[in-house]
Amino acid sequence: MSATTAGTQTPARAQPDANLPGPIAWAKANLFNGIFSSIVTLAIGAFVVWALYGLVQWAFINAIWWVPDTAAGKPDPTSCRLAHGVGACWAAIHDKWRFMLFGAYPYNEQWRAGICIALFLGLFYVSADRRFWNKNLATIWIGTLVVIFGLMWGGFLGLPYVPQDQWGGLPITLILATFGLALAFPLSVLVALGRRSTKLPAVKLICVAYVELIRGVPLIALLFMANVMLPLFLPDGVNFDKLLRAQVAFIIFAAAYLAEVVRGGLAALPKGQAEAADALGLNYWQKTLSITLPQALRLVIPPLVNTFIGFFKDTSLVLTIGILDMLTASKTAMADPVWQGVSTEIYVVLAIIYALFCYTMSSYSRSVERKLDVTKNR
Amino acid sequence: MATEAPAIVLDKVNKWYGAMHVLRDVTMNVAQKERVVVCGPSGSGKSTMIRCINRLETHQEGKIIVDGTELTDDLRALDTIRREVGMVFQSFNLFPHLTILENCTLAPISVRKMPKAEAEELAMDFLRKVKIPEQAKKFPGQLSGGQQQRVAIARALCMKPKIMLFDEPTSALDPEMIKEVLDTMVGLAESGMTMVCVTHEMGFARMVADRVVFMDRGEIVEQGTPTAMFETPQTDRLKLFLSQILRGH
Repeated sequence: MSATTAGTQTPARAQPDANLPGPIAWAKANLFNGIFSSIVTLAIGAFVVWALYGLVQWAFINAIWWVPDTAAGKPDPTSCRLAHGVGACWAAIHDKWRFMLFGAYPYNEQWRAGICIALFLGLFYVSADRRFWNKNLATIWIGTLVVIFGLMWGGFLGLPYVPQDQWGGLPITLILATFGLALAFPLSVLVALGRRSTKLPAVKLICVAYVELIRGVPLIALLFMANVMLPLFLPDGVNFDKLLRAQVAFIIFAAAYLAEVVRGGLAALPKGQAEAADALGLNYWQKTLSITLPQALRLVIPPLVNTFIGFFKDTSLVLTIGILDMLTASKTAMADPVWQGVSTEIYVVLAIIYALFCYTMSSYSRSVERKLDVTKNR
Repeated sequence: MATEAPAIVLDKVNKWYGAMHVLRDVTMNVAQKERVVVCGPSGSGKSTMIRCINRLETHQEGKIIVDGTELTDDLRALDTIRREVGMVFQSFNLFPHLTILENCTLAPISVRKMPKAEAEELAMDFLRKVKIPEQAKKFPGQLSGGQQQRVAIARALCMKPKIMLFDEPTSALDPEMIKEVLDTMVGLAESGMTMVCVTHEMGFARMVADRVVFMDRGEIVEQGTPTAMFETPQTDRLKLFLSQILRGH
């Protein structure tokens, strides 16, 4: 497996193989090796079958996929009400998915928000591919973000202007998460470096105070502060929009947490690395950018992505200050009297969307770790 | 810089770690092209002393002048000195995320502002001198300890230093790898490099050292030519030390 296992004195002999025979032998060895083991296997197996059966019944067999319209042109939820508790009412999703995804964005303009989602996904895809890791990537980011905000706001080329308080749904979640993490991450690196500084005690003090203060406050409190208190301090007439205020609060909060993760990586590096860089005459930034930081960040990929995933989901807390992100939009959709009692289905769909994003992040991070590990084996 | 000026001057250097007095009035000159071996029991301050010469450690009292520049808090003086002084560590300290070649070219490119092609050519020259040019594309983790230490020597030489410091370069190596590293160092000594080397390799000291310095408890106890030091030690402490390391061999 690795090139470093270099025992070459005797001819190579294959390792005695434990998992050579087929699946039946594997099951015998691992699931039915003894009476107790067999009972446990059967019991768990029965439970899984029973649960799956129930799920399939609810989600597929008894599910209502479509309902007819009433005379008033509204969907008629009668069949869903009858199937309540027995079968899923996917017809509600069918009716409400656009509100879940786009919130109160004007119905006829929602294609714009749709394109924005596609642009975000494209941006993530391009950024994840190492072939694009060059100077153009920054240009691609800036260009894409300009287009995204242009589309969302409109007001040019015949696109009607859509004020920010009408934005909602998945674009809000993606804006908050993308900007939040893209700006919080560099900030966190600076804070982590500042906190480890030995030569600049004032900078160190500020960084420590920043991290400890922000970490000691719940994100919700910070969001409230950004929403309610900040305008009080600003002079009359000066006001920037709610989303931006939430965004700033989010960046400040995320950076404090990320800074501690990065600092952990820096602290875990052997001291000799920095000493070797010093001895070679590298200055502070050369040493940091080419020696300590790249190694430290590699070490902390798992906790870093852990924090990223956490913050992606924490964007839903903007619900508390009345910004219509995907979760809030979906909850609002649930309030429709037509679909009274339909909430499980909406939560299931939401969960699937969140899980897809989070799973993509975690599997990407694992692939990066594997790639970088090749160069590291020591 | 006049050639007759000493390469390194230590004048009554004192250093404390908290209450512990680790360097006591250490005074020593190293002439240009001189090869000095520093030995002594562990905790004697020899590593601290050598690390003070390129200011990986700071001293609290006394004067250290390297290549005509005094070591102070002035960062520019420090940059100048570090450019002229190469160092090899006990634990190699290669950069594990860079290839062997990148390890060697990083400092010339970023500190000396050498063009990349030139730096690579220079690095390959030195890798050939330490006899591992074929490993240039590998990563440090794929090399043996002896090979890594030879890369570390090549990496330091790529900065074209005037002075080389070695801090127990063979102490972390398996016995069969010590020789390849010592051979490299002997070659370097023969090329006329100013060297200060902390080591317990008495064979190496006999072969290349102009002078051996014996330290104990933070002070220089005795110094002289290898022959004088090993055959007619004057102090009891040196006698004791010699008897201990000879028994070990």
